[in-house]
Amino acid sequence: MGNDVLILGGGVGGTIVANLVAREVGDRARITLVDSTGFHVYQPGFLYVAVGNEQPAALKRPEAGLLLHDVKLIVDCATLVQPGVRKVVLKSGRTLRYDELVLATGSRTVMGEVPGGLAAHDFYTLDGAMRLHRALNDFEGGTIVIGVAGIPYKCPPAPVEFAFLLDDYLRARRLREKSQIKLLSPLNRAFTIEATSKLVQPILAERGIELTGFFNVESVDPVAKTVTSMEGETVDYDLLVLVPPHRGQKVIEDSGLGDERGWVPVDKNTLRHTTLDRIWAIGDTTNIPISKSGSVAHYEASVAAAEIVAAVKGEAAPSHVYDGKVMCFLETGHGQATTIRFDYDHPPVSPTPARRWHWAKALFNKTYWHTVPQGRLP
Amino acid sequence: MSTMQIDKTIDARGMACPGPLMNLIGAIRQGQVGQIFEVFSSDEGSKTDIPAWVAKAKHELVEVVQDDGYAHFIVRKAR
Repeated sequence: MGNDVLILGGGVGGTIVANLVAREVGDRARITLVDSTGFHVYQPGFLYVAVGNEQPAALKRPEAGLLLHDVKLIVDCATLVQPGVRKVVLKSGRTLRYDELVLATGSRTVMGEVPGGLAAHDFYTLDGAMRLHRALNDFEGGTIVIGVAGIPYKCPPAPVEFAFLLDDYLRARRLREKSQIKLLSPLNRAFTIEATSKLVQPILAERGIELTGFFNVESVDPVAKTVTSMEGETVDYDLLVLVPPHRGQKVIEDSGLGDERGWVPVDKNTLRHTTLDRIWAIGDTTNIPISKSGSVAHYEASVAAAEIVAAVKGEAAPSHVYDGKVMCFLETGHGQATTIRFDYDHPPVSPTPARRWHWAKALFNKTYWHTVPQGRLP
Repeated sequence: MSTMQIDKTIDARGMACPGPLMNLIGAIRQGQVGQIFEVFSSDEGSKTDIPAWVAKAKHELVEVVQDDGYAHFIVRKAR
């Protein structure tokens, strides 16, 4: 039988690549996906768990149920990639060879890099979101501070969305009048994208959410309950929610496949590793200066899959390349949302927040399991 | 342009705003006091964003040079 196609990571990107390759060349390649947990987790739902609008169990399904029959799932942790001999070593000691390798290992959060940061809450893991929900349930009023402790981070709209959803949550519990929400932004505006910032900043002001710009969290003093920025400012909190620093997975760092933060250098169009043959990387895993989000992993997956299908068939690389497409939703509270769409050549556009975008996001969240992992949405 | 020992170069040409500034903030976060960082940016927004952040964070904007289609910023981590 033909090529060994090996995919590391069973998140959105890795799962789509596996299924698209299986659909095209499942009869002439051995397709293996390695995932450390065996569960597929829908991370955009964490935000809703934190404010009690989603059940944790709804965000997790066995990866095996999302893969086509021709994809073999191995639940194990990749510990070392050896490009020279085209092998991957797993934690169990098992070694897998590959002809084509896709790195879809994503990112990890490292709150421990922030002095005192472990005292903060976050919604970047399911456990973290559940802990934050319990803390919010116990909250009886005071100052909630939302900050960012490292860039790049997953889902750039998330801190702003959380501020809006938190405002709704506190209003529903009749605590808003006894509470302050402070949003500390790493830039001199609410959001990375200027056009979207112009849209959301008036809404933040209208809801009484206080925005502080150029506040890149450097340290936390859990005793004094203060958070201090790289820029030298200090803010008091009663409850602190931080976006943790992110970096690439340990296997990438241990294998020397990435930069100093473990992000894999790839061509921004073909997603091929810039120096190593037969290796592609997608999603959060890469060093491409674009959003780390499920949307990017989703759009990149079809490009990597087409490249691998061509390699398996012995054909020339396809002309279809990743054009930098990003599409995501941004909740603005009160049952409304907007969207953000852009690519390498077209600047972001966001429509006026409306109920239909909130419902579109809710619909996407619910139908995700039956569409995206299978590669049914282009 | 003056010659000085550059500790880290960030070539952000082609990156959309605020990519160049975000990369600079990330590099300075990891760097040591006294180190020199250079950023190449073709994004117009960098011309205001980078000096504004450097001033707010009390680092030193050593030099800004406009070249053909991009700007070149040199920043010293001052604290």
